[in-house]
Amino acid sequence: MANFIVWVVWCGAAFACLASALAVISFKNPFFSALSLIGNLASLAVLYLLLGGEFVAAGQVLVYGGAVMVMFLFVIAYLGDKTDQAPWAGGPSWQAVGTVLAAGSILAEVIVALALTTGGHLSKEAHIGRSFGSPASVGRLFLTDHLLAFEVTSIVLLVAAVGGVVLGSHARTLENDARP
Amino acid sequence: MHGPDVVWYIALAGVLFVTGSLGVLVRRSPLIILLSVEIMLNGANLALIAFARHFGHEDGQVFAIAVMAIAASEVVVGLGLIVAMGRRNVELDVDKLRTLRG
Repeated sequence: MANFIVWVVWCGAAFACLASALAVISFKNPFFSALSLIGNLASLAVLYLLLGGEFVAAGQVLVYGGAVMVMFLFVIAYLGDKTDQAPWAGGPSWQAVGTVLAAGSILAEVIVALALTTGGHLSKEAHIGRSFGSPASVGRLFLTDHLLAFEVTSIVLLVAAVGGVVLGSHARTLENDARP
Repeated sequence: MHGPDVVWYIALAGVLFVTGSLGVLVRRSPLIILLSVEIMLNGANLALIAFARHFGHEDGQVFAIAVMAIAASEVVVGLGLIVAMGRRNVELDVDKLRTLRG
């Protein structure tokens, strides 16, 4: 019975995930694309919970669904109505056909690699304890085995913050240059 | 594990990645290209977390969180560039950004 419920939740989350991903790339208005990306992130958080990643699911909702998407929506609102052309506008161009072929070949490569390395199924699922994916165990790994990755990530975030400030203040100097 | 095998999650991650790459290649608005890059990163994250569950070790989850931080910094820089484009009244169309073409 528990197995059946997990399958039902998985199918719902996977369907919502794929449908919202398709909606993101096919809406004309970037505002609606950003809104459907929030649905995508929420359904992925459900999948992370099914995989035992409680801390990652919470971080996904807080960092992505909260901070990043608010930033996106703020910028889209700031730029005003910049509606893009619909991807299917003007009939199929050679560019779009080549793109779909390239994407299809990537998908075929993923599936073939998966089938060749696993033979269609990955057996011997590892047994996990109750604390798997809890903030305590993930945090302990961050501060012991993956300390270097943790520190490098903090430097990357600092550089990105400085870069954002520089890019934002650049426009002011441009206006000063253009005045005379 | 109850429910679907890890292969199902990896297949879903592959389809998500391909959907995102389709968006990056087809769309012309830099905003939607950034959103599609987020979908690609999320596909990679799903694969990392699925394998973390499969091998019973949280290393994949640690790297998924690192990927999230990298995605946040990528969004900061990308949106900064887009705002700079908007302020200079450059049309938001990546096909028309040809100044750097040799």
